[in-house]
Amino acid sequence: MGEQENNKIGGGGGGGGNNAMAVDEAASAKGKSVGAADPRLQGISDAIRVVPHFPKPGIMFNDITELLLRPGVFKDAVDMFVERYRGMGIAAVAGIEARGFIFGPAIALAIGAKFIPLRKPKKLPGEVFSESYVLEYGMDCLEMHVGAIEPGEHVVVVDDLVATGGTLSAAIRLLERAGANVVECACLIGLPKFKDFYKLNGKPVYILVESRK
Amino acid sequence: MLFLHCQQPRVPSPSASAPPFRPRVVSVAAPLSVRVTGGRRGRAVVAMASADARLAGIASSIRVIPDFPKPGIMFQDITTLLLDPKAFRDTIDLFVERYKDQGITVVAGVEARGFIFGPPIALAIGAKFVPLRKPKKLPGEVISEEYSLEYGTDKIEMHVGAVQANDLALVVDDLIATGGTLCAAVKLIERVGAKVVECACVIELPELKGRDKLGDKPVFVLVEADA
Repeated sequence: MGEQENNKIGGGGGGGGNNAMAVDEAASAKGKSVGAADPRLQGISDAIRVVPHFPKPGIMFNDITELLLRPGVFKDAVDMFVERYRGMGIAAVAGIEARGFIFGPAIALAIGAKFIPLRKPKKLPGEVFSESYVLEYGMDCLEMHVGAIEPGEHVVVVDDLVATGGTLSAAIRLLERAGANVVECACLIGLPKFKDFYKLNGKPVYILVESRK
Repeated sequence: MLFLHCQQPRVPSPSASAPPFRPRVVSVAAPLSVRVTGGRRGRAVVAMASADARLAGIASSIRVIPDFPKPGIMFQDITTLLLDPKAFRDTIDLFVERYKDQGITVVAGVEARGFIFGPPIALAIGAKFVPLRKPKKLPGEVISEEYSLEYGTDKIEMHVGAVQANDLALVVDDLIATGGTLCAAVKLIERVGAKVVECACVIELPELKGRDKLGDKPVFVLVEADA
């Protein structure tokens, strides 16, 4: 566990409906009522399907594919991130393979940023940076193209879900090695600790809804 | 010599059960030919100037990496296109302009690079997005379609219930080479009774004859390149 700190984008947020997290710092930063649950969050939370014991016994997998079958809800999720990051000088959105590829590009396109895929080993064809990270059993590795980032660029990292934060932490390290300034990590779903602005490697994590059991 | 041109869409035969698909021409005819040998820094995909200047920008943003993943293969790398917000925007816009009034209800994207282009198209035209994935990635009940590789076979999977029999589908991937993967994707979707109206890719390698493998199924691409 790490320390909890104030999120640098806004003050706190709170409240929410059934299973719907309203962490509405973006709204409060833009002068809307603090603590009001964004009505889109209920639809987003309802669209997430929990699949028990996948990929292993004991894991309750939060599946976003049902959300992708609801065009209005998919659009709402993307819009919420776009509203948060538009106009903040974000030069790049980095998405983690493979479900980060589903959400990241739409955000990048809407805010006029580059999209950078962070991939499993040996998928990217050119010269890469590699960052290893620890899994429950064994290790994995994330790669990024050399030259994707110019030093000093502001970047948001996107994935569908954050649990332990191992993959996201590796992504942050990868981007920082290339000289990026990682502004925030953005996920649709996260463990409850992330609603309290729990930081990863000192970086804020913004989630729309809490993962369900 | 390598060159790019826009594909004239082939009109599929009308079917009794679905309205005729009326593809729109993206590029204007009478292209001018612009050929460049070699290419700067390995960019061997070249633009044939046409009325649609966007295609020239898209083609020039694609990087070619020789001998990846194996010696002899010229890999068409779209990551440089993704680093060019205008080129990426134009790519999506060209597909959206083509498909937005065609009644398409599903965009299916082939893992993993189809996940980059498919969802923005789906969002813009108000369609569902269905990921077609490698084995064991989708958590729910799936149907699978096996297909041949140069050595051995591979499989793609789709969630049961994602596509319905009355859906009109578009299949999206970054590139069509031999057509094996796209063919498997089409079969998967049509097995549940839906109709694939077209396959859409950014790049085609015509020498590998992917269109032949897809038979009657139309393929729409933005740029062509040498294998």
